[in-house]
Amino acid sequence: MKYQPLNLARWVLWSATAVVFLIAPHIFTKSFALTMMTQMGAFIIFALAYNMLLGQGGMLSFGHAVYSGLGAYITVHALNLVGKGSFYIPVPLLPLVGGLAGLAFGMLFGYVTTKRAGTTFALISLGIGEMVFACVLMFPGFFGGEAGISTNRVVGKPFLGLTFGPAIQVYYLVAFWCFACMAAMFALTQTPLGRMANAVRDNPERAEFVGYNTQHVRFLQLVLSSFFAGVSGGLSCINFEIVSAENVSAIRSGGVLLATFIGGVPFFFGPIIGAIVFIFFVVALSGFTKAWLLYLGLFFLLMVLYVPGGIASLVLMQLPVIRARRFGELAWPYCLAASASLVALAGLVGVVEMVYHLSDVSGGTQMALAGVGFDARSGLAWLVFSVLLAAGLVALRYALRFVSERWGMIQAELQAKAAA
Amino acid sequence: MEFFLVQTLNGISYGLLLFMLSSGLTLVFSLMGVLNFAHASFYMLGAYFAYQVSAKIGFWPALVIAPVLVGAIGMLVERWGLRTVHRYGHVAELLFTFGLAYLIDEAVHLVWGRSSVEYRVPPDLDGPLFTIFTSQYPIYRGFMMLVSVAMLVSIWLALTRTRIGLVIQAALTHPQTVEALGHNVPRVFMLVFGGGAALAGLAGVIGGNAFVTEPGMAAAVGPIIFVIVVVGGMGSLAGAFIASLLIGCLQTFAVALDWSLGGITVSQAAPVLPYLLMVLLLIFRPRGLMGTREG
Amino acid sequence: MKNAIELQEVHKSFGTTKIIQGVSLEIRDGERHAIIGPNGAGKSTLFNLISGRYEVSAGRILLQGADITNLRPFEINRKGLSRSFQVTNIFHNMTVFENIRCGVLWSAGYRYSFWQRVGALKEVKQRAEEVMERIGLAKRRNLPAGTLTYAEQRALEIGVTIACGASVILLDEPTSGMSRTETAQVVELVRSITQGKTLVMVEHDMGVVFGLADRISVLVYGEVLATGTPEEIRGNPAVQEAYLGSLHKETAHA
Repeated sequence: MKYQPLNLARWVLWSATAVVFLIAPHIFTKSFALTMMTQMGAFIIFALAYNMLLGQGGMLSFGHAVYSGLGAYITVHALNLVGKGSFYIPVPLLPLVGGLAGLAFGMLFGYVTTKRAGTTFALISLGIGEMVFACVLMFPGFFGGEAGISTNRVVGKPFLGLTFGPAIQVYYLVAFWCFACMAAMFALTQTPLGRMANAVRDNPERAEFVGYNTQHVRFLQLVLSSFFAGVSGGLSCINFEIVSAENVSAIRSGGVLLATFIGGVPFFFGPIIGAIVFIFFVVALSGFTKAWLLYLGLFFLLMVLYVPGGIASLVLMQLPVIRARRFGELAWPYCLAASASLVALAGLVGVVEMVYHLSDVSGGTQMALAGVGFDARSGLAWLVFSVLLAAGLVALRYALRFVSERWGMIQAELQAKAAA
Repeated sequence: MEFFLVQTLNGISYGLLLFMLSSGLTLVFSLMGVLNFAHASFYMLGAYFAYQVSAKIGFWPALVIAPVLVGAIGMLVERWGLRTVHRYGHVAELLFTFGLAYLIDEAVHLVWGRSSVEYRVPPDLDGPLFTIFTSQYPIYRGFMMLVSVAMLVSIWLALTRTRIGLVIQAALTHPQTVEALGHNVPRVFMLVFGGGAALAGLAGVIGGNAFVTEPGMAAAVGPIIFVIVVVGGMGSLAGAFIASLLIGCLQTFAVALDWSLGGITVSQAAPVLPYLLMVLLLIFRPRGLMGTREG
Repeated sequence: MKNAIELQEVHKSFGTTKIIQGVSLEIRDGERHAIIGPNGAGKSTLFNLISGRYEVSAGRILLQGADITNLRPFEINRKGLSRSFQVTNIFHNMTVFENIRCGVLWSAGYRYSFWQRVGALKEVKQRAEEVMERIGLAKRRNLPAGTLTYAEQRALEIGVTIACGASVILLDEPTSGMSRTETAQVVELVRSITQGKTLVMVEHDMGVVFGLADRISVLVYGEVLATGTPEEIRGNPAVQEAYLGSLHKETAHA
C-alpha cells in the first residue's frame, strides 16, 4: 500500500471526504440520485472490506457476499423483532448487529476457508458461497425463500427525532457509517496485524520465518473483513427494507470483486472509486440497456488486461506529471484516444444492441439509439456500426501509440531531472 | 436393487462427464498454473454450438465441429488474453478467466436468449440400450460413457506416448529449458489451453442434450467442477477421477432419495451435498484426496 | 556447555532419493560454526530441516535441549532460531524499514494486535532503526526493497534475520554472488551481529569460512565427513581428498 508520509495531506483528504458526504445531497438533488448515493455508501463499505482480503491480504474470494448477506438477514430479523416490540435497539445501531453477525460467520467459515491459500482459497470461497446460497433456499422458514424477508425501518422509538422514513435520513445514516467504517478500515492497515497481512500477501514463506503463523494472520484478516461486510449488509437491509437470496448470491460476490478491481486493488481508496463507478453502471445503465452486464464484463476484462491497477492507478500515475506542470502535453494525445474510444464504443453499442433486439423475439426488431430509430435487420445499420467499431479500434491503436510515446518522453525527462 | 443399479449407472455416467470437465481443468492447471474459471463456459459453448450445428447439419458432424470451434476460441483466448496477463501473476490470470466467464455467459444470453434451447438427443441414439429389471437404460447414457472413456484414454496416450506429449510434460516444470531446446513453448501452451477448451466443448456436446442446454448451465456445473478439483487435490488427475465419480454418484443418488432429515428431504438437500463434502474434507484432509501441487 | 543445536541421526529423503543420510551434529552454544562441502552435499537441505521448512524423514533435532523436530517454521522462530535464505527472500514491495519492522514485531510481543497503531510503538521503531544502522542501510530506509542493489538486498536479508533478536542464527551463503569488497563488508557485519550469539553458516568462500569460524563441519553426499577446528579440517586428508579430488576432476575435464 502506498502511504503519503505527510500527515497534513491526510487530514485534508479525510476532512474533504467528510464534507463531500455532507453536502452531496444538496448538489445532486434528484431523488434517484439520492437512492443511488445511499447505495454507493453501503457498497463502498463492502468493497473496502473486500479489499482487506484481496488488496491487503492477497486473498482472492469469490464468495464474500456470504458475510454481507447473512449480516443482512440477521439485521432484518432484528429489525422485525424491534417492530414487534420484543427487542429494542435504535435503528442507527442496527448495522452493528449486521457487523457482529458477519463477524460470527467469518469465524465459522473462515476457519475452513483459510486452511488453504491462493487459488485453492478462491475455489473454496466459491464453494462456501454456493453452499450458503443453496441453504438459504432450503430453509424458507428463516430465509423467506425466493421472495426473501421484508421489513419496515420506521419502527421503535424515533432516534433523536429521526424516524429514518425519509430517504434523506437514510442517506445520512449510511454516510455516517460509511465514513466511520472507512476510517476504521484505514486505521486497521496501520496496526501490526495490518502490516503483517501485507507481509503475508507479499511473501508468506518469509512471514512464517519471522515468527508469524500465516494461516492465523489470514484468518484474523478475514474475520475483520467479514465484520465490515456485515455492516454493509445491515445498511443494505435498512435501505431496501428487504433481504433475499440475491444478497448471498454469486452474482453479488462477483459484483464486489468487479467493483474493487475496477477501482484499484493496490490502493486503499481504489475500492471507493470502484464502488461509485460500479453502482453507477448498475443503476444508471441497467435502465437504458439490457446488455449492461455485457458492457460491464467487457470493461472489467479490459481493465484486467491493460490497467491491472484500476482507475486509481491511472489517476495516481498522472500526479507526478501534474506536479511537474507537464500535463498539458498529454492533453491532446488523451483527447485523441478518448475520441477514438468513443467511436469504437458507439460501434460496439450499436452491434450489441442490434444483436439483442434480433435475438429477443418478443420486442420486435424496431429499435432506437440516441434518438435515431431504425430496424435491427437493416443491412445499412449493421454496416454503419461495424465500420464505426472497426475504425474506432484502428484509430485507438494509433492514438494509444501516440499517448505512450508522449508519456515515455515525459517520463524519461522527469527521471533525468530527478537524477541530476 | 434395481433402483441401486440404475442410479449407480446414472451416477457413473454423470461422474464421467464431470471427469471430462475436471480433467481438462486439471490438465491446464498442472501445465500452465492457470485455473480456467471459464472452463464451464467452454462447456456451455460446446453445447450451444452443437445445438446450432445439429439443427442445420446433424448430430454426428456436430460432435466434431463444435469441439473444434470451442478449441479454436480457446487458442485465441490464450494468445490474445492469457498471454498478456501472465506476467501479472496467478491472481490476474484467475481474474481474467473469471471476467471471460462473465462475458461468455452474457454473449450466450445475447445470441440465444434467456430460455433453454431444444437441443435433443439424436433419434438414432434415442432408446433403450438394455433393460435392468423393469427400467430401461438409455443408449445415450451408454454413448456418453463411451465417448468420455475414449477421449480420456486417447489423451493419456497422447501425453505419455507422443513426442508433443513429452514436450508438454517437460514444459510443465521447466518451460525455459524446453524453450532453450528449440521447442515453441508459447505455442505449446496455446495448444494445451485450446485442447482443454475443446475437451470442455466435447463434454458440452454430449452433455447438453442429455441434460438441459440453457444460459445458466455454466454457472450450474462450474462450482461443482471446482469442488471436484479441490476435493481430489489440486493438480491430481487421479484425485479428480475419484472425486468426479464420488460426487457424480452422490448427487445422482441424493436427488432420487426421499428420506427425511429434520424436516428436509435428502433430495431437497442435494445441491448442498458436494459443498458439505468439500468442507468436511478441508477440515480433516486439507490437501485433498490426492493433493500434490499447491495452488 | 550446552549445545545450541543438536542433530541426532537425521535422515531426509525426497521420494527414493536420499539427501541427508544419518547426520549427527552438535553446535555448541555461542560458537561460530561453518558447514562446508561440495555442491549437492545437502547443506541447504540441512538448514531447511533445522528451520522447519522441510520435515525430517527420521531422526531428531534439538534447540537448546528442546525437541524441535518437525515443528513449523514460526514455532521454531519463536523458540529463538532465525535463518536467512540463499536466494534473497524479502518483502519486495515494502520499504527497507518496513521489512525490518516485520522481523521485529512478533519478538517485540505485538503478535496479531489490530488495536495498536504500529507507528506509535516506540521500541519497535527503535529496534528497527538499530538494525538498519548495523546493516548499513539507514540511508535507504524508505526505498522499496525490490529497488535495492543485490548486495544491499543481501544485507537486508541478514537484517530481517537478526531483527527478531534470536540467539541462534543460521546464514545460508551470505556472501554468494559478491565482490571482494562486498564480501569483506559482509564478513565484518556477520562478525559484529553474532557477538554473543550462536552462528551456523553455510559458505563456499574458504577465506570467509577460515576467517570467521570457530569450528567447521564438512558435509559430503549427505553425511558429515569431519568436524573440527579450521586447522584440523585443513590438515584432514579425507577432506583434502573430497575437495582436491573434485578440483582435479574439474581441471581434467576442462
